[in-house]
Amino acid sequence: MPLDKNYNRREMDPVIVKNSGSPLKLELINEVRINKSAVEKRCASVINRRTVKKHNQAAWLLKAITCMDLTTLSGDDTESRVLRLCNKAKNPLRNDLLEDLGIEDLNIKVGGVCVYHQFIRTALDNLQGFNIPVVAVSTGFPAGLTPKKTKILEIKESVRSGAQEIDIVISRRHVFSGNWNKLYDEISEYKEASGNALLKTILATGELGTLKNVAKASLVCMMAGADFIKTSTGKETINATLPFTLVMSRAIREYFELTGFAVGYKPAGGISSAKDCLSHMILIKEELGSKWLNPSLFRLGASSLLSDIERQIEHFATGQYSSFNRHGIA
Amino acid sequence: MVKVKNAFKKIDYEEALESKIESLEWIAEHNGQFGHFIGGRFTQPKNLFKTINPFNKKEIAKISQGTVTEIKKSIQAARLGLENWQSIGPFQRAKYLYAIARYIQKESRTISVLESMENGKSIRESRDIDIPLAARHFYYHAGWAQLLDEEFQDYSAIGVCGQIIPWNFPILMLAWKVAPAIAAGNSVIIKPAEQTSLTALYFAEICKRIKLPEGVVNVVTGDGITGSHLVSQKDISKVAFTGSTEVGKEIKKNLAGSGKALTLELGGKSPFIIFDDADLDSAVEGLVDAIWLNQGQVCCAGSRLLLQETISKKVEKKILSRMKKLRFGNPLDKSIDMGPLVSFEQQSRVKGLVDKGVESGADIFQCDIPSNLKGYFYPPTLLKNVSPSMEIFQKEIFGPVLSSTTFRTPEEAIYLANNSRYGLSASIWSENINLALDIAPKLKVGVVWINSTNIFDAAVGFGGYRESGYGREGGKEGMYEYLKFNSDHYKIKEARVLKENISVKKQTIPYIDQTRKMFIGGSQKRGDSGHSIGIFDNQREEIATVGRGNQKDIRNAVEAANKQMNWTILSSHARAQIMFYIAENLSQRRDYFISLLSSTSSCQNPSQEFDTTLERLFTFASWADKFDGVVHQAPIRANTIALNEPVGVMGIVCPDLAPLASFITLIAAALCQGNRLIVIPSENFPLPAVDMYQIFDTSDIPAAAINIVTGKHDELIDTLSEHNSVDGIWNFGDPKYEAKIDRASVSNLKQIWSVNGNSVNWINYHASFNKLLLQKSSQVKNIWIPYGA
Repeated sequence: MPLDKNYNRREMDPVIVKNSGSPLKLELINEVRINKSAVEKRCASVINRRTVKKHNQAAWLLKAITCMDLTTLSGDDTESRVLRLCNKAKNPLRNDLLEDLGIEDLNIKVGGVCVYHQFIRTALDNLQGFNIPVVAVSTGFPAGLTPKKTKILEIKESVRSGAQEIDIVISRRHVFSGNWNKLYDEISEYKEASGNALLKTILATGELGTLKNVAKASLVCMMAGADFIKTSTGKETINATLPFTLVMSRAIREYFELTGFAVGYKPAGGISSAKDCLSHMILIKEELGSKWLNPSLFRLGASSLLSDIERQIEHFATGQYSSFNRHGIA
Repeated sequence: MVKVKNAFKKIDYEEALESKIESLEWIAEHNGQFGHFIGGRFTQPKNLFKTINPFNKKEIAKISQGTVTEIKKSIQAARLGLENWQSIGPFQRAKYLYAIARYIQKESRTISVLESMENGKSIRESRDIDIPLAARHFYYHAGWAQLLDEEFQDYSAIGVCGQIIPWNFPILMLAWKVAPAIAAGNSVIIKPAEQTSLTALYFAEICKRIKLPEGVVNVVTGDGITGSHLVSQKDISKVAFTGSTEVGKEIKKNLAGSGKALTLELGGKSPFIIFDDADLDSAVEGLVDAIWLNQGQVCCAGSRLLLQETISKKVEKKILSRMKKLRFGNPLDKSIDMGPLVSFEQQSRVKGLVDKGVESGADIFQCDIPSNLKGYFYPPTLLKNVSPSMEIFQKEIFGPVLSSTTFRTPEEAIYLANNSRYGLSASIWSENINLALDIAPKLKVGVVWINSTNIFDAAVGFGGYRESGYGREGGKEGMYEYLKFNSDHYKIKEARVLKENISVKKQTIPYIDQTRKMFIGGSQKRGDSGHSIGIFDNQREEIATVGRGNQKDIRNAVEAANKQMNWTILSSHARAQIMFYIAENLSQRRDYFISLLSSTSSCQNPSQEFDTTLERLFTFASWADKFDGVVHQAPIRANTIALNEPVGVMGIVCPDLAPLASFITLIAAALCQGNRLIVIPSENFPLPAVDMYQIFDTSDIPAAAINIVTGKHDELIDTLSEHNSVDGIWNFGDPKYEAKIDRASVSNLKQIWSVNGNSVNWINYHASFNKLLLQKSSQVKNIWIPYGA
């Protein structure tokens, strides 16, 4: 088994207790109130209340890289494509920039590599020894409408193949029907099937219709044992927006206060500029605290974000604005 | 580059200062010394005082202290400028306002930095809130300047306006004052607060750069003494003041009887009500904007937190953890929430009030201010377990201090919220639209924010009830504050002396002795004094007696009007019905009233007066369900409902002239809006008024909607004007009482409207006068309702 024995980030951080779930508390779900205007106002204002500049900005962007699940999830993915991604994951920044910034010993690499089941082995082989987890999307990603039996099987197969993290999609229909019991049971089963692997639950927030549904689904997933809650598959028309980050961060906080379990957050899709990325990070820091800004509790699902971050870091290092073609692509 | 590595380990914020180069350059261009801006030119700096940066206590520049000489010169300049300004017409004026708006935008960063340096507010607030709103105000009012002739055709400009603004929102308050004034065709002298003069002076320079005609805008700097010189000058026609309630009352007293128009935007102690079905995290975030915006130095700060008991512990916990996230520092730092208070005086004042609160038993929670900060900082403070009887629950602190208490039911929330001398604003948090929209109209405040707080827009009027002042800023209602109604529309061309100038046939008055009583709380009441006044006809014969009312009769009438709210809570349709019914019942007694009117010289033409009276009842009955509010389109996703609400309990002093028509016109206008009235009818001939009570009795009008106290005006007006449970007074009696009423009404800042009722053409005024009456019998409450699925 190529499972990296060193990999267990959660145990490395003594403060974080792995989520073992809680009974479904329907009264809590029913109490959820979200005021959209107020949420939007908070989002609009928080990014103007805080800013990070110069070396501080460079540091935050480096942190973003370490929290990034570098992703390829296309029908035309091949082994060579995945290998290219893995190589970038190991060397996300140009060496001369690492030297300029004096951070060679920080060992900057991405938070994970996210692929379809088919490419788990390819990625694992390539990443061996680098302590970069391989993430597999599962349960009939992205629509989640395959039979439950095969969904469970899919998770188990991926775990058996060595995936250390499983990103599942929830059945959106349970949200629309308000069938929280069913959603809870579904996630609980996924949790069991995923064993020691981290379970990230993708809510497909852009499809859930209201922020209230997003908050409720977040809570149910956490109660059922999700290690991360994740916004999107990247295939919906609306993906990770600041209001989703705010509402889900607040849900995480509420669950943490209730149970003492710290659940991670993964915005995915739609964050393609360094500036957007910093906005989400600022919002998370304000709502959840700095503790949440590290790879064990924060991941960014992204494919093109890294290129912009590289440009910004080069700008900081040299004082000159950069260009995409000066950085190796994933 | 060790910095990057260290920052990577911390992932925290570091000081990120906005550049002040451009702002300092501007100060240097003036050699760090500023004169006044009078008649389009800056005067030589003279009598200088320092303006201080409250963050580092260092001098920023030197400002001139205006004396009575400069005030006089500026008024002269404003008077000279006025003629030209009015002659160029709406379109030209609109162009200038538009140019001002553009320049505020173009120089927005320079202005923001000046504002933050002098006031101590964070650059985020000056940059993202104050300056954009100031520009918006000029855009919006460029529009009113353009539409002046078509939208305000019964009005004209007031003239030279003296405007005094506070230090908490220097450029924004300037915009709120100057924009509507000059849009309406007035010229102004603006006196900024001595702590924050720079942006007003920068604004003066913008006026110069856009070549605004000389004298239209004048800026005279200085402290309160300069301000008092300004308001006491004879040659200004209007005073607008924003500031403390104490100073506002002082100004009101000084202007008593001067005939100068006055608007006051004063203090507040606004409730912030959180129900158990609110989005609590958002409500707590709202609270940050309510009480920690601008260090709480905001007149509409949500400083009284009312929490539903079921969620109080939970919310208090959330507030405390939110407080820990607040960041303090240099106002020019782009990553802070709070800077210092404006001055040492302010810091000491806040500290004193909080200490008293703790002494009186409140539990205190405060943030730690980093010890390296040496400015006039005061920590964000939560005072828990505060009771309404404590001073900190009632008194405006004007600092980052929140006083919290709990309620059990919606009724109790309203009761607690209204337990205040003030009435500026309120914030209601609930996801239940039924609940929120039920509470909003019941709060005695000028602005209500539902699930939001401290949002403003030029299209939406802002201003308070009660001791928070009167008049509105912004919206169409704000324009009326800078316009005067054309008196040709209602005044008699030549005031007539009321004598027996018409010959009437002597009517036979019934033989049985007639003793008219008063009408209090829905029943006929004998006066408390046990004295009567004889009423004489035009042949100087005593034809009846009425009670000689005293202060106790007034007190009883006010008591009744305050207790019995039925008239106010009736639907407007029901009010209309009753008023039509009064007309119906009155019409049956046509002959009697005509004969009664024939016996007084105050009536020129009895049958015409009677018929006009009936028509007036129909007019205002018709208006009862038609003087509707509006829905404003502010540039955020919200509906803002501007409701016309009654003033409340109103005193009306009636003239002698046209004793039936004037009485009915005034009460009908006030009644149709839902006011409850204490009416002092004509002193010489009150009989038509008191004879109406039989008609009221038979017309289903709820008790205490109208109370009539007869007697000598001189003996009644003081008690009425001083009574703290009376919200407004229309004085249509003798003008000699005007000053007296003004002065006596200061204690609770009643809304006073004085017109010499003996010079009003009651029978044949222009129809637009009805609208004016309706405006004066109502006040606008703006309810912000953001929405989003």
